[in-house]
Amino acid sequence: MIPYSFSYRRAVSLEDAEALLAKSADAKLLAGGQTLIAAMKMRLAQPSELIDISDLKELAFIRASESVIVVGAAAKHFEVAASADVVRAIPALAELACSIGDPAVRHMGTLGGSLANNDPAADYPAAVLALNATVKTNRRSIHADAFFTGMFSTALEDGEIITEVSFPIPERAGYAKFPNPASRYAMAGVFVAKTGAGVRVAVTGAGACVFRAHEMEAALSKSFTPGALAGIEVDPGELNSDIHGSAEYRANLVSAMAGRAVTAALR
Amino acid sequence: MAVVSLTVNGKPVSQETEDRTLLVYFLRDQLGLTGTHIGCDTSQCGACVVHVNGRAVKSCTMFAAQAAGADVTTIEGLARDGKLHPVQEAFRENHGLQCGFCTPGMIMTAVDMIRRIPVLDRATIREELEGNICRCTGYHNIVSSIEDAAKRMQADAKGKAA
Ligand SMILES: Cc1cc2nc3c(=O)[nH]c(=O)nc-3n(C[C@H](O)[C@H](O)[C@H](O)COP(=O)(O)OP(=O)(O)OC[C@H]3O[C@@H](n4cnc5c(N)ncnc54)[C@H](O)[C@@H]3O)c2cc1C
Ligand code: FES
Ligand code: FES
Repeated sequence: MIPYSFSYRRAVSLEDAEALLAKSADAKLLAGGQTLIAAMKMRLAQPSELIDISDLKELAFIRASESVIVVGAAAKHFEVAASADVVRAIPALAELACSIGDPAVRHMGTLGGSLANNDPAADYPAAVLALNATVKTNRRSIHADAFFTGMFSTALEDGEIITEVSFPIPERAGYAKFPNPASRYAMAGVFVAKTGAGVRVAVTGAGACVFRAHEMEAALSKSFTPGALAGIEVDPGELNSDIHGSAEYRANLVSAMAGRAVTAALR
Repeated sequence: MAVVSLTVNGKPVSQETEDRTLLVYFLRDQLGLTGTHIGCDTSQCGACVVHVNGRAVKSCTMFAAQAAGADVTTIEGLARDGKLHPVQEAFRENHGLQCGFCTPGMIMTAVDMIRRIPVLDRATIREELEGNICRCTGYHNIVSSIEDAAKRMQADAKGKAA
């Protein structure tokens, strides 16, 4: 499959990428290309220009401090999975990165690309939301609760570039996903994170967009055990029904994955 | 159109190509390296896996322009001085292929896998083959081939170190 014609530019700096993006209304950023290229080959996307930011060293880093892990937007999935800092501070985040797609996809795909795309079944959005991370762009900082606005949509404006994501280090965290047996995307994925401020639970794959399970959060804040989740189910009325599973089935999966995520967090 | 310059199987290559040319078409149609296959053309099957700067990637999901300046290895670049790569040898001996369509991608994936995880068990090999589909073998002999190759390469490395 051959995409529509476009011109390819490799940005030499973040400013360069900003300027190139501003010059043309139909220009698009290219990071790992693991989502965008497929869309272009299917001719669902027709950018006039691709601005490749995958080579920018200033976006490809992972930094750790006492309280946060900061991951550059162009950090690839395999780099997050293998980072000694991430493995030590937020092992659930490393495991999540390692569960994305397959090794070849993880060698190309990036954190920034995954968040900007906000696929309803993507993994990273669950980590960003549950860990109460902050998404930094070339213009501002966006809290996780305000970043994911709907199916394939985010708070990002035209010309806005994600530069890094800052993940506060939790006391405990766990992620469990039930992958679709064919695509390996999440049928339901639940990320739980426990901090001094309480527990946050984020659900991906089950609905139109990643969301927080507030009832589960309240129960786990009282008692951080899988047992505390007994009898709690998210409302199937809000979930996806498709050939892969009904909304009721997904609601049950969410409860099962939440229990597994808590068990993983307690390891 | 732009001239894309890169290294392919150790040799410098410079060719004019459209910006929208996918790496797999660049390799197959412009360089005549047809060992890299196109199966699904939708990043699912892994028949098109090559190494870019030493890492396995799906060449149907990357533009040639993205590989400018990179070091690319295809299945044609694995054998040295007329001798098969140990992973190729292991696939041959363990009957790790039937029709052979998936084999170049399987082998390139396996070489990358062994580089990252020198000591491999069968469960890990199966997990790592997530992005490679074979319609013939049932995978059993592919797993055996990779297990065998990893052991041989481990023994070779020890032999060299000793
Ligand atoms: C076979 C396969 C299996 C997969 N399985 C999974 C899975 O299990 N779980 C999962 O979560 N994902 C999965 N993915 C998707 C994968 O994680 C992608 O890498 C990711 O969704 C997109 O990241 P990218 O870097 O490739 O972005 P690209 O495809 O390059 O870009 C995606 C979009 O983001 C925009 N963008 C990129 N970077 C930025 C930035 N810094 N700021 C603003 N906008 C930006 C682009 O303009 C584009 O619109 C899979 C993909 C494939 C091909
Ligand atoms: S042809 Fe590239 S993954 Fe199938
Ligand atoms: S040997 Fe035929 S597809 Fe694998």
